[in-house]
Amino acid sequence: MHMADALLSPAVGGAMWAVSAGAIAFSSQKVRKELDDRKVPLMGVLGAFLFAAQMINFTIPATGSSGHLGGGLLLTILLGPHAAFLTIASVLVVQALFFADGGLLALGCNIFNMGFIPAFIVYPLIHKRIVGNEPSQARLAAATMLSAIIGLQLGPFGVVLETLFSGISSLPFSTFVLLMQPIHLAIGIIEGVVTVAVVSFVFKARPEILKGALEARPIGGQPVRNVVLTFLVAAFLAGGVVSWYASKNPDGLEWAITKVTGKADLEGSKQGLHGALAALQEATAFLPDYSFKKSAEPKEAAMPAGELKKDQARPQGEQKKDDGSKLGTSVSGLLGSLMVLVLAFLCGFLLKKRGQAV
Amino acid sequence: MPSIEGALLDFKRLDQLATGDTAIHHLDPRAKVLVTLVFIVSVISFGRYELTAMAPFFIFPVVMVALGNLPPLYIVKKIMLLCPFVLMVGVFNPIFDRTILVQFGPIGISGGWISFASIIARSALTVSVALILVGLTGFPAICWALERLGMPQAFAVQLVFLYRYIFVLTDEGARMARARELRSFGVKGLGMKAYGPLLGHLLLRTWSRAERIHMAMLTRGFTGEFHTRNEFRFGKREILFLLGWTAVFALLRLNNCSQLCGALFIRILP
Amino acid sequence: MSHHIVEVKDLHHVYPDGTVALDGVSFRITHGESVALIGANGAGKSTLMLHLNGYLTPSSGEVRIGDTPLTRSTLPEIRRTVGVVFQDPDDQLFMPTVYDDVAFGPLNQGLPGPEAEQRVMQALERVGAAHLRCKPPYRLSGGEKKRVAIATVLSMSPDILVMDEPTSGLDPYARRQLLALLSDFHHTKIFTSHDLDMVLELCDRTIVLHEGKIRADGPTRDIFRDDALLAQCRLERPFSMQGCPVCSQRS
Repeated sequence: MHMADALLSPAVGGAMWAVSAGAIAFSSQKVRKELDDRKVPLMGVLGAFLFAAQMINFTIPATGSSGHLGGGLLLTILLGPHAAFLTIASVLVVQALFFADGGLLALGCNIFNMGFIPAFIVYPLIHKRIVGNEPSQARLAAATMLSAIIGLQLGPFGVVLETLFSGISSLPFSTFVLLMQPIHLAIGIIEGVVTVAVVSFVFKARPEILKGALEARPIGGQPVRNVVLTFLVAAFLAGGVVSWYASKNPDGLEWAITKVTGKADLEGSKQGLHGALAALQEATAFLPDYSFKKSAEPKEAAMPAGELKKDQARPQGEQKKDDGSKLGTSVSGLLGSLMVLVLAFLCGFLLKKRGQAV
Repeated sequence: MPSIEGALLDFKRLDQLATGDTAIHHLDPRAKVLVTLVFIVSVISFGRYELTAMAPFFIFPVVMVALGNLPPLYIVKKIMLLCPFVLMVGVFNPIFDRTILVQFGPIGISGGWISFASIIARSALTVSVALILVGLTGFPAICWALERLGMPQAFAVQLVFLYRYIFVLTDEGARMARARELRSFGVKGLGMKAYGPLLGHLLLRTWSRAERIHMAMLTRGFTGEFHTRNEFRFGKREILFLLGWTAVFALLRLNNCSQLCGALFIRILP
Repeated sequence: MSHHIVEVKDLHHVYPDGTVALDGVSFRITHGESVALIGANGAGKSTLMLHLNGYLTPSSGEVRIGDTPLTRSTLPEIRRTVGVVFQDPDDQLFMPTVYDDVAFGPLNQGLPGPEAEQRVMQALERVGAAHLRCKPPYRLSGGEKKRVAIATVLSMSPDILVMDEPTSGLDPYARRQLLALLSDFHHTKIFTSHDLDMVLELCDRTIVLHEGKIRADGPTRDIFRDDALLAQCRLERPFSMQGCPVCSQRS
């Protein structure tokens, strides 16, 4: 269920990064303030435990397929929200770097979907409410089960929204939701069963571990609800502002560059390297309808970044150019891609050769 | 994950690559992290139908693999295991988006296929640079760089600890899984009944280990503060590396070099 | 020099669940002595060890290191004086590289960079592990890990070394190397071990713990000759004192 770079637009990815980074900064501060330096190694090894646990499978009854623990909720129950959030985030960082699960930009989304949601939304609003102040095994089990299911409905829903707002995938909202939610209901139930099994094992074997976590109150902090609210507002603000810019200036990077360089219109400027390249381009463009401005058009149409309206407007934009000129552009484009790829790999090969010779 | 030992070996291999001794390996990790981020943002910022403009970006991973002396086949193999989620979502594009965008004589290619190909290309690019970053820098150095770039220390410490004990605990988990497998006589996986206690045991052992580590930390004067050494210097080479690649990415991002190349080629052709 | 003395007076420890782990333990170890703490599983060795640098606080009784009684305020000083090497080096080596790990203690003591570096290199050279300094701990063999774990403690220049099962899990060659290394140290040394041959080789004095009490305290050779005592405490003579089984059958 990892969100991936390939499906993200910079606006959505950036906004989620900002939110997750904020939550990490906030939790780090909290954990430091708690002054419980036992937690330093504990969080570390529990993160590693999650890795080990995810590698051990079990057979799902009556299906023959196998499943494993996700663990976000389990960690939150054991460590409390702040420490658990940091631990889950750290696991996701390692997964992104070593197992190519998602990617670096998508980390923001993944940390939010799999860390923020269980730790700061599901745990305080559902789990804690049900368990109350005197945990019994039955209450604990019911709360855990329900939290696992809700957490695994919210997480994938986050993925759906992030994908849709990014506009790289063409999946319609309803299809996507129908695709994701039922599967994750099943996954949520399994996660719930496994988490309940582990939690009740710990509850029996070393009750003090669970009691310690359940009784822990953040010292001098505002209630978790406010924190959640703040972050959600921040997320919507960040997402809104960025996508507003993105929709006004279809190409985020170009917009950023014009902002940075102070040039109103990069394409119009005929100075420097960029201008020289444009000139070269014009000089070399012999195919009748080929022009740089034309090629910028699909870019514009394809960057809705949260603007679904734009999405609908797209096909007309494409049809306009659906004529002979299109052939010229696409042939040269594809041919050029191939050449560039070959060149790139040749370059690498030569560099390597040289490296070995030296 | 296929088999625990296999996944672990793979992990260790990638980790081992970071011990390489090339000029790129010796660069300040901050430079590499920043260049990687710039690269990813540049690639991601392409619109969904842009495929050809992305091709020149392969120059970066290829050059890094070559200069960093990384095993190319290994990296390619890892990229091939594309994230299944990406494939699943991407494969719907040709179904839902049937507008013909490109015409090759009689064959029309729909926008869906182009965007699908574009998703694959994005995936290959972003995944490869993440792997290459690890292979050229090593995880602890990346953590160090991120901390210097403003990541809170508590989180940096958490990452370092996690990384250190992944190897210890996955070994422990693998031993338990093996013991279970040897006694389950061909039944694949195992039932829920044994799974909970198995993980529970692993968890309790993990917990005691944390207590022992804490003990070891205290006996060596730990007071909650971590002291890290400053091994790297952000010098001229780093500035050059960062600015050079950023310029290349900006150039490639703003100009469709494939298009340019192709046009040039067609023109030269009689 | 008075720092090198360890004195335990009528030490009692009861765990929260009611288990009596130590029941009136007293001894005094003087400068430069090498002492073994032996006993069956659960005899209280580890509990006693954890008292020596203040990780556990006694239920009653007193621990003194040199002239200083162990209290909350003297804890940092005592932890600097008493270096503890734990049984599982994986618990002791938690930093990304060997160097960072050995530097952890000195940096916590607030030593300036160059001095800390000097300490680290000295400690690593002392245990013959200088070439490992850039390696991450999970790439070390069992013997290497053990030696590095000792270096992490040596770098804090302790006066007293406490080691839990130093030879466990080592192959014969690594064990031999470690014994040679340990016999070279001039610190006051306290070992806990089931490796009775090691005890015989390294320690002049042995304390036998049994069910939280001291059953015997004396010269190692005398204790290992007392078969009745050994049997009672679930111990036996070291192999090197058992006589050769092949030869004794022939005669």
